[in-house]
Amino acid sequence: MSQSLSVVTQAKLWYWQRISAMVLALCVIVHLVGIIMAVRGGLSGAEVLARTQGNWLFGAFYAVFVLASTVHVPIGLMRIAEEWLGWRSRSVVIAAWLFAALLAFAGLRAVYAVVMPGGAA
Amino acid sequence: MTTLNVRVWRGNEDGEFVSYEVPRHASQTVLDVVTYIQRNLEPDLGYRFACRVGMCGSCAMTVNGKARWTCRTHVSKVVENDALEIAPLSNMPVIKDLAADMTTFFDKWSAAKGQFKGNQTRHDEFATVEPGSPERQAVDAGIECIGCGVCYASCDVVTWRPDYLGPAALNRAWTLVNDVRDVRGAERLRAVAGDAGCHSCHTQGSCTERCPKQLAPTAGIAGLKRKVAKAAIKGEL
Repeated sequence: MSQSLSVVTQAKLWYWQRISAMVLALCVIVHLVGIIMAVRGGLSGAEVLARTQGNWLFGAFYAVFVLASTVHVPIGLMRIAEEWLGWRSRSVVIAAWLFAALLAFAGLRAVYAVVMPGGAA
Repeated sequence: MTTLNVRVWRGNEDGEFVSYEVPRHASQTVLDVVTYIQRNLEPDLGYRFACRVGMCGSCAMTVNGKARWTCRTHVSKVVENDALEIAPLSNMPVIKDLAADMTTFFDKWSAAKGQFKGNQTRHDEFATVEPGSPERQAVDAGIECIGCGVCYASCDVVTWRPDYLGPAALNRAWTLVNDVRDVRGAERLRAVAGDAGCHSCHTQGSCTERCPKQLAPTAGIAGLKRKVAKAAIKGEL
């Protein structure tokens, strides 16, 4: 039994993992289809930014994508650390939270940069 | 008459495989082979069996790398180049030769609250359980387990996490979670939740693949995950 998390917390984490996976499944499909459609015939960085800057729908979609990853990835990494490395102390939970913060910061910053007019400049 | 080259595990954990020549017969089972060796070649060979017809669940061993009931496995089904390799079940300590220690295996059934507990007495009316109800259907799908340990020996999660409850104990818990007469619902869900319980399952399905009764512990464990999550969200866990 994990020393750092109660079974209730573990059950809730599983639930959040499930829900975020459903969101991610949808996001990944939209993301891949978007890429394939967008790059037909080649695409430059400037052309990408011309499409994304000021596009709030694009921004909202990728913000959701980032947040779903922020929920999903740290839980999964924590599970892998517990199982493969036997890392089950409180520190693994802290590490997972820090990684979640890093993902959220890096991801949302990237979304901000390509959506805000002049953000990527 | 052809002969089989049979390698049999001898000793305890530090034992080794020993080869025997066994006459090949039509419709011969692996249990027949083991019995032949004990009666004719190696009188002190240790192994377990009782019913010989797939009802008791005591003769499971590892045959050519896979856990099986030896009584219901014909040699013709598993033999490779007239050779067999017979070892005790994996994921359990070896007592001697082909007999594995199943104590922990059954202790985990108990840890998963595998005992039925009702709240009716003999003075109450019989409980009515609708045969077509989803709960009864779920129980039916898992209730035929005879505790042979084949799923447990086949589970990789048990191998790398020895405290994991394992497919058989969780399958038992799943049948009781769906038993409308049972009153230990939340207590049992608490017992099977967490990373030594249902949440450790990787859904690889080796238990379901190997179960000689064609049960699907994987499906039951997935059901437990859903039930546990619902209970946790509602604050009933």
